[in-house]
Amino acid sequence: MGMFLVRRLANYVVLVFLATTFAYLLAATTLDPRANFEQMQPPPSPESVDARLYQLNLNDKTPLAERYTTWVTGVATGDFGQTIQGKPVNTEIARKAGVTLRLIIAGTIIGCTTGVAIGAYSAVRQYRKFDKTATAAAFFVLAVPTVVIAVTLQVAAASINQATGVQIFQYGGEYTSGLDAGFWGTLGNRLQHMVLPTLTLAIALFAAFSRYQRNMMLDVLGSDFVRTAMAKGLTRRAALFKHALRTALIPTVTYFTFTFGILLAGTTFTEKVYGWNGMGAWVVDSIFTNDVHAVAAVSCFMAVCVMAASFFSDILYAWLDPRVRVG
Amino acid sequence: MNNTETTTAPDPAPTRSGDVPVLEVDNLHVTFPGVNKAPDIKAVRGVSYRLNRGEILGIVGESGSGKSVSSLAAMGLLPEYAEVTGSVRLKGQELLGLDDQRLAKVRGKVISMVFQDPLSALTPVYTVGDQLAEAVRVHDSTVSKQQALTRAAELLALVGIPNAAQRLKAFPHEFSGGMRQRVMIAMAMANDPDVIICDEPTTALDVTIQAQVLELLKTAQRETGAAIVMITHDLGVVAGFVDRVLVMYAGRPVEMGTVDEVYYRTRMPYTMGLLGAIPRLDLEEKTPLVPIKGNPPSLAALPPGCPFAPRCPIALPQCSAGEPQLLTIGAQPSTAEIDAVGQSQAAASEPARSSTVEHRSACIRSGEIDTENWTAADIYPLPEIPADAVARLPRADRPVVLEVDDLIKHHPLLKGALFKRRVGTVYAVDGISFDIRERETLGLVGESGCGKSTTLMEILSLDRPARGKVVVLGKESGRLSRRERFKIRRDMQVVFQDPMSSLDPRMPVFEIIAEPLRTHSYPRSRLNARVRELLALVGLDPAHASRYPAEFSGGQRQRIGIARALALEPKVLVLDEPVSALDVSIQAGVVNLLEELQARLGLAYLFVAHDLSVIRHLADRVAVMYLGKIVEIGDVHSIYTEPAHPYTQALLSAIPIPDPEKERSRTHIVLEGDLPSPANPPSGCSFRTRCPKFQALPESDRRRCLSEEPAIRPLTGDDHATACHYAQKRVVV
Repeated sequence: MGMFLVRRLANYVVLVFLATTFAYLLAATTLDPRANFEQMQPPPSPESVDARLYQLNLNDKTPLAERYTTWVTGVATGDFGQTIQGKPVNTEIARKAGVTLRLIIAGTIIGCTTGVAIGAYSAVRQYRKFDKTATAAAFFVLAVPTVVIAVTLQVAAASINQATGVQIFQYGGEYTSGLDAGFWGTLGNRLQHMVLPTLTLAIALFAAFSRYQRNMMLDVLGSDFVRTAMAKGLTRRAALFKHALRTALIPTVTYFTFTFGILLAGTTFTEKVYGWNGMGAWVVDSIFTNDVHAVAAVSCFMAVCVMAASFFSDILYAWLDPRVRVG
Repeated sequence: MNNTETTTAPDPAPTRSGDVPVLEVDNLHVTFPGVNKAPDIKAVRGVSYRLNRGEILGIVGESGSGKSVSSLAAMGLLPEYAEVTGSVRLKGQELLGLDDQRLAKVRGKVISMVFQDPLSALTPVYTVGDQLAEAVRVHDSTVSKQQALTRAAELLALVGIPNAAQRLKAFPHEFSGGMRQRVMIAMAMANDPDVIICDEPTTALDVTIQAQVLELLKTAQRETGAAIVMITHDLGVVAGFVDRVLVMYAGRPVEMGTVDEVYYRTRMPYTMGLLGAIPRLDLEEKTPLVPIKGNPPSLAALPPGCPFAPRCPIALPQCSAGEPQLLTIGAQPSTAEIDAVGQSQAAASEPARSSTVEHRSACIRSGEIDTENWTAADIYPLPEIPADAVARLPRADRPVVLEVDDLIKHHPLLKGALFKRRVGTVYAVDGISFDIRERETLGLVGESGCGKSTTLMEILSLDRPARGKVVVLGKESGRLSRRERFKIRRDMQVVFQDPMSSLDPRMPVFEIIAEPLRTHSYPRSRLNARVRELLALVGLDPAHASRYPAEFSGGQRQRIGIARALALEPKVLVLDEPVSALDVSIQAGVVNLLEELQARLGLAYLFVAHDLSVIRHLADRVAVMYLGKIVEIGDVHSIYTEPAHPYTQALLSAIPIPDPEKERSRTHIVLEGDLPSPANPPSGCSFRTRCPKFQALPESDRRRCLSEEPAIRPLTGDDHATACHYAQKRVVV
């Protein structure tokens, strides 16, 4: 089992490397940092532009292979280079990664658990009122892009705030700047800001997971081993919980890996809509500013996130399904 | 529900051990309401029986007869939407209407159950020990987890699982099917229940394993003193195992009595038909099987009156007047009475009740059957199967149509993700030889995993085998050009096991049968006529050609499969368990059809089956396979009357015979253990690990079995060869 995870981890490292390399090469060939400097007012001299670009390792006069080598050597030592403004990418990552991770982790946990719980319960109550409502809700959410959900939530929050006259929800930025309210006050303020974006992600995840979990649960509900558990003397409820749900969770764990990528895409929009300075918002901005190193760094971060998620689901799978462990 | 008067009925003489009923089922009805305007399915319609302490009751019926549903209803294991009425009393306590919480306290404690399919009956993600311990602890929370596990180990040892304490930590997938069924039985025994319901406990198992499990159930009954309800479709299993039998048809009990009464003095035409339809292992003479015509009625649209009337050879107009009650023989109203007042009033003279001993039958002619002493042969028309004149030619004078010589099929076991390396070999088929002559049937028998299906697929592939050769009609596989290969496919066709999945559900029957014809460019103008001819040949209505497979029953679908196989007029037909998925009454019809077709069309059959009774009925020669090798081969008569290989002897001995007296007097050879893995076969003789003969041999003689692989050698007699160093003919049936 340990060996299996180590092998998996090695695979993931290779994949992260490949993904990041591709992102770098793509960014370096399609983005045009030179334009940024040439459009400055007043226009700087071509020599100074070149010098600046050389300094940043972004000059298209250097062969791509050479630029890549320089960059990749830096990355190997933990240095992602500089942004187009000349700031170190590493400090930017340090500042923004936490923001995004907070959003992803909270969104994933809430979205997955409610999705699984509602999906499993819908299966038990197949074709009853609860199931029909949950199904309708899930399909509605699946049909709506994350952006629309984010904006809709914002509008709804604004009208609630207005109706109550209290600023219950915050929907701009991740905290109110310049607020001095002590530790608890700051925490509360941050939570206020966090509710809506987290909800946006969670709702999208809930929709996907509830559908999937419902199907998995339906497959297991009629199975012989659930009947055996009841024949032993377990109540229906206990048999469903202990035997059916446990078994039906296994495929969902694999499904988690697949949905994680979509979740990251959703994060990008959510951060943009809610004005969070996270990795997602940053990658969008970097593409506009022709910031090659930032794009590559964010891609690397995303790749690491996806791989971490798959690694996590590998572990979860092995924990849930002993057949993998025994081999 | 408060039908307490029933218990005051005169209680007849005690049957086995005391006359205290532990389980009383009264007028049980189960209906599955139809969804979306579909009609309701009346799965069980008025089942009543009483089960005394320590008694074994057999409930027999074909699929859809309601035998399983009625017992699931008693356990409260049916889905919530099922409507259950009537009464089920367990030691006086009414179970129907109890809520899940209260019912759960009874389930597994007072009444427990063993299910049909052991492969799916255990939760795959928990260890066997945990699942057994759960059964103990759920009824007694004072037991610690450790104590429960100790008890689980005891139970595992009791059901004959070696190294019980270590095996507790194993997961279900590490156990074989037979072992898992043992675990299920251990689970059912865990709390010393008063009633164990066994729902087809051996149907999914091989015969030698079935013998082990039946033996174990008897032990379980002795240990716990529980009464057993044995639900099965196999009249052989019932014959030697139970005290009383209840025969069900279309959701209703149609005959009930002691085993001997039901088997020797059958008073219901349906039961007679069932008994007549089983191919017999113990009867020498080849008489055609007696199929029951037609199909069981749909439970959603039952015919008026007796549900068996449309299939019954002795039905009278009065049979459809009303549904006959289950009454003692002679108590049925006369036809005149029925004509006068109608069935329901006429029968009212004796209320249908649960009773223990009297022989009862739900047939208005049961009295007549009794006085005239009719048997199945008297009421069922014996189908006529034309004798095959050419087949009487001596075997040696007929040409060989299929020859298999030293065929092997080994699957490599690979390991590694990127670079595969071979870590072992599965010896699926390991050097087998046989030949089939024109108009001959060779039965290939063996338990699951012995390589019989792999052999078939190797022959059908027409590829060059890894070793050995396959010669079809004089052409050697693997040495053919593409065109020759294509041509030879005309002459060798196959019928598959599962008629439900082997026909494309989106193709009308006409297309299914026409497809091989079109592929082999059969003249278009004659296509229509040929398909109709084929449908008529297999006993289907040519007018149904435009229907889809879903509109046919299992037996009819198998006939479609046979028609498709016959379309190109093949000379060799390969049949892969063609009747094992069918009910007995339907199976008999298909077996007869195959016999008839062979005689009419001069076909040669390679018939693969695990059911030795069917093989005895159909085959001319038999080859017995074990772990990829043929251990015994010869003509049917020699093999069945005096098998020489210990494995063949055990196989034949393990099959229960549908004859209670014979079955009670037989001693079964029960093999120990499971089939060894074909990836790691034992040295020398591969059967020695389970061989009863090997165990009886002195040490000096054993050495030969351990080191030397026995070659297949002819015995005295003309056509009988076996692969055993110490072969000795022995009568076992």
